[in-house]
Parts: sequence; structure tokens; C-alpha cells
Amino acid sequence: MLGLENKDTKFLLVVVALTLCTPIILQPFPEGSSLAQFNAGYPDLMQRFAIFGIFAIGFNILFGLTGYLSFGHAAFLGVGSYSTVWMFKLLSYNVLPGLVLAVITSGIFALFIGYISLRRSGIYFSILTLAFAQMSFNLAYSVLTPITNGETGLQVYTDDPQYLMGEGALTTTHVFGLAMNKSLIVPIGGWEFNFNVGYYFCAIIAILAFYLSLRIFRSPFGLMLRAVKSNQQRMNYTGLNSRPYTLAAFVISGMYAGLAGGLLASMDPLAGAERMQWTASGEVVIMTILGGAGTLMGPVLGAGFIKYFENIFSKINDNVLHGWFSFLPDGIEDFFINIVNPFFGEGWHLTLGLLFMCVVIFLPGGLMEGGQRILNLLKRKSKDTADDDSAHHPKQSPHVAE
Amino acid sequence: MGILEIKGVGKRFGGLQALGDVNLSVEENSVHAIIGPNGAGKSTLLNCLIGKLIPDTGSVMFDGQSVLGRAPHEINQMGISRVFQTPEIFGDLTVFENMLIPCFAKRDGAYRLHAFETIPAEKEIVEKAEAMLEDVNMQDKIHMHAASLSRGDKRRLEMAMCLVQEPKLLLLDEPTAGMARADTNNTIDLLKEINAKRDITMAIIEHDMHVVFSLAERITVLAQGTPLVEDTPENIKGHPKVMEAYLGQTQQ
Ligand SMILES: Nc1ncnc2c1ncn2[C@@H]1O[C@H](COP(=O)(O)OP(=O)(O)O)[C@@H](O)[C@H]1O
Ligand SMILES: [Mg+2]
Repeated sequence: MLGLENKDTKFLLVVVALTLCTPIILQPFPEGSSLAQFNAGYPDLMQRFAIFGIFAIGFNILFGLTGYLSFGHAAFLGVGSYSTVWMFKLLSYNVLPGLVLAVITSGIFALFIGYISLRRSGIYFSILTLAFAQMSFNLAYSVLTPITNGETGLQVYTDDPQYLMGEGALTTTHVFGLAMNKSLIVPIGGWEFNFNVGYYFCAIIAILAFYLSLRIFRSPFGLMLRAVKSNQQRMNYTGLNSRPYTLAAFVISGMYAGLAGGLLASMDPLAGAERMQWTASGEVVIMTILGGAGTLMGPVLGAGFIKYFENIFSKINDNVLHGWFSFLPDGIEDFFINIVNPFFGEGWHLTLGLLFMCVVIFLPGGLMEGGQRILNLLKRKSKDTADDDSAHHPKQSPHVAE
Repeated sequence: MGILEIKGVGKRFGGLQALGDVNLSVEENSVHAIIGPNGAGKSTLLNCLIGKLIPDTGSVMFDGQSVLGRAPHEINQMGISRVFQTPEIFGDLTVFENMLIPCFAKRDGAYRLHAFETIPAEKEIVEKAEAMLEDVNMQDKIHMHAASLSRGDKRRLEMAMCLVQEPKLLLLDEPTAGMARADTNNTIDLLKEINAKRDITMAIIEHDMHVVFSLAERITVLAQGTPLVEDTPENIKGHPKVMEAYLGQTQQ
């Protein structure tokens, strides 16, 4: 089905189901319970899961398959956002033209940066992309102020032309009249589920993006990209020119980033230069490695993980901690809180950093490898002696497995 | 005129003259062996043929065209494939995927962005890869990761990857080094069979004299970057210069 093998079709269906049920899955705790603060089923956050999922899926096509580590992908995110906001300013609040333009401009941008950066490989390639992204950031921040509105960031003003804006048209972002900020809130028992238009819009695009990457992974083109990572020399001596392949991968992943940037602006019609900063480029690298570079689901998991941390973990402040440790005697309570405090709230980066280190050291394949190991362990337990076939076959790496 | 004409090729690495003044002509459809002690410059010579190195002097003509200054993939597309001294394969990929890549390169040229086809749908490619793996007796290792193969199997895989491209000229850099005796004999048979069946020229570097004398039609002896003699195997066997430069050393 859909040009996929059976196993992949099933896999895709599971991903679709999970994505569509996200507003329920991420809301496991009843409203008002003390654990409700760990719920992540609110629109803003779910949109981010989907958008950064797209960003990471695209990044993985470059980094996961070819091994070329770009440190400048946030530049494309920013280009996408600016393009989309410009379409809001010139046409109307319908997000489609903006998204199309975002993909096109980021693609052209990626073609240019990729063409130059891919003349080098390894660390030199990374540094070139980083330099380009920082240049873009600085340009957006100062020189290109007429286009980017500099420090203030690009936004829509009431005196913008908006040529396609009809009488009484929506003044928030929408897709053909369906406003992105519209939500259907369904209370069931103590639970409250928020089905948001913006989230579902992002989710559907994310599913398409995922499907596309699945096709690329399984295609001869995907095989060539993995060949680049494995042994570029052998590839060249086998009569293949690796440059067009890596450049295509770079442009595709740049377009994914542009799409993600366009979606960010579609959810909130703003675009600022900080979106292009190197920290944002680093974030997608961390997402991909944390989840498992080169695996299909890993980057999405990594993106979700980091966005969850950023939004939920960071909100655990002193008061919440006091609540947790209140069963201890006062002196000891304060002592514990003092120790734990730097890791929560504003210190969430510290926890994330430690976690990242642990993953890189103990699970080089990322969270996906962790999952795989647990699965293998369970499998071995369930059919201990039945067949120890796997012992005779060399271990399959989780490279392009799910 | 041979299919490969090497004229006056020299290559220097700093103070070391790795190749002096190499003149060599390889006849079409023949098996030409290049022998010589370690460090004689045999691998360096091959590097000059496939675009890995550019010689300082001289010319290399293949099939009437110069190969110098061309990128490695262009030279391969002209019809030259090489088996390296240390196996160069795609370690992260399975044996089967390793085989697919040269098949695609042969059919589609240096690049083609086929991102929306699936591999199983490419029936002829899949069949060709499977048939070749069967020819080299590796069909039971098809799903293994290439990096986990034994040294001998890696070589066989690399050789199969080159053969499946049906090159006009196959360069083999010590193809049986690290192989067990039985595997060596299988390799000799395979190469003989291929040479008889297809229009293929082979240039083979080899230390194992058993391999050299069972395959080669002509032998060039290289010492310190210059060819000493070139002759038929019968004449090389008893050649005093060769004994001195090469056989004498290794047989002691
Ligand atoms: N890339 C290189 N840089 C410097 N010296 C090299 C290089 N490649 C080969 N050499 C030197 O050139 C000489 C010939 O090497 P090589 O062609 O590998 O010999 P052979 O294959 O006949 O054993 C050796 O002395 C080797 O050290
Ligand atoms: Mg050598």
C-alpha cells in the first residue's frame, strides 16, 4: 500500500493513530490532580511537538542518512518563518501560500548554502554551515531590517496591504476559514481533552512529512545516502558521484526546516531573528541524536522529549518541590530541595545536558536503541529456549529499522 | 595498442620516488599480472589509474581516452573497477545492499535521484545482485552486515561488487591475501571463468605465485618503482633478474 511494504504500512498506520490521538495520550492525569502539571495535551505544546518533529525528521534525512552534521539548520527555520509572515502581510491570513513560499525559499537558500558547504566534509562542513547560519542571523538582525524588521521581529500590522483579505475575513491565521486557534474542548469525567485545529493541521503535515521520509529511507536514493555515510570512497570508485546525492539531501532537509519554520509562524504570526541563532541549530542536532540518528522515529521522539522538558520540567518551581518533599522534617526538606533545585525549573537545561551525556555514552543509538534493547530483553524472556536463532545471526543494527 | 597504455608515469612522495618511469601496455581481454616486492609501487600505480592519485609525469590512456584529471566516478563509468588491497566495502550496510549499489551505478550512471521508487520494485537490479552473490557463494550471508564478514568474505564481496559492474578492465590488488587455501582456489576458478565468459581485461597484483602462474598471460615485474622485465609466465619463472629482485627475497 502507498508504495510501502507491509511492515512499513503497519508502522505508518501506528504513527498516524498515535499522532491523531495525541491530545488524549498526552492528557493522562485528571484536571486538578497534583499530577496534572505533567499533562502535555495543550495546543501550544502539541503544535510544537508536531512542528519540531518535522524539523527533526528533515534534519535526520541529512544527518542520519549521510552523516553530514549541519550546524546551521535554524537558518532555514528562520527563512521559512519570515516567508510565511510576509505572505500574511501581503496576501491574507490563510497559511497555505505562506507555507508554499516557506518551502520554496528555504529550498533555494539550502541549495546555495549546501552547494558551498558540501565542498568540504566532516568538521569543516559543520563549521561552514554554522558560519552561514550565524551570518544569516546577523543579517536578519541588522542589515536586512527592511525585510526582517530587525530586533522587533516581523509581524503583521493593520496597515499592511493584505491584498487577498476579503471583507470580514478572519484576522487570525487560518486555513480556508478554519481558524488555527479554534479548539474543541471535551471534558470526560475529571479529564479535559483539547482538540485544536492548529494541532491537527500541523499533525497532518507532520504525517505527510513522515511518510515522505519513510519513502526516501526505503528508496534507492536513501540507499545511496547511507552509502555516503558508510564509505564515500568506495561509492566514488563504484562510479557514483556523491555530491548530487548529498546536495539533494541537504536541500530536502532544508525544505523540511523551512516548512517547520512556516508552521511556527502559522501558529503564531511572528518571526524573529533569534529563531536562526546557533542554539536553535544545536537543538535539532540534540533532538536527533537523543532520539536516535538514522532511525525513522528517533528524531520525532527526541523532538517531543526536548519540547516536553522545555515546557513541563521548566515549570517545576520551588513551591512544587516543597509539595513533593513536605513529608520530610523541615531541615531535611530544605536540604533536599537545595540539592534538587538546580535540576528543575530554570535549571532544566542541566538535567537535559546530563541526560544527553548519558544517552551518548551508554546508548549511542539514542532512545530508539534503548527501546530496542528493552524489546529484545522482553522477547528473550518470553521465548527463552524456543529459538535462539538470533545468536547465530549477527545482530541487526537499528539503522533503518523503526 | 592495448586497452590500457601507461607511458612514462612517475610519482614522487616527498623524497621518495615511488614510481620511476613506468611503461606498461595491457592487451584487451588478457590477464596481466604485476608482481614485485613490498613497497615496489604496485598499489601506487593502481592509484594513478583510478583517479586516487595524479602522477607527476606521464600519461595513462584507457580505451583510447586519457584518464588523468578525471574524477574517480568518471573513471569507473569508463569501465575500470578496482578491488583494493584492504577491502573497501560499505560496512554499515548489508551484503545485499552492498551488491545493489554497483548495480544501480551501472544502470543509472553517476547519479539519479530516484527517491520515490522502492528497492523491491527494481526487479532486474535485485535479481542481478542475487545472481552475483550466488556466483561467489555468498547467498546465505545476504542479510549480514558487511562489517561483520570475515576478511576473506569481505574480499569476495568487494570482488563481486566490481564484477557485477561488468567492467572492461578489472584491477585486483592482492585479491587473495588473507584468504584460506580453498577460498584462494575458488577465487582463481571464479576469475578464470569470468575471463573466459566475458570480455574482461584484468590487471592483477599478487604475492601468491600459485595464483599468478595459474591466471596470468603476461607478467610485469616491478622493483623500486620501475618495471624490470615483462614477459610470459614461463619466461619469468627462470629469469635471473626476477629471482634476484623478487623471488629470491621471498623464498628464503
Ligand atoms: N600516499 C602516500 N604518501 C606517501 N608515501 C606513500 C603513499 N602511498 C605509498 N607510499 C609509499 O610509496 C611506496 C610504494 O608503496 P605501494 O605502492 O603501496 O607499494 P606496494 O603496493 O608495491 O607494496 C612505499 O614506500 C610507500 O610507503
Ligand atoms: Mg600494495
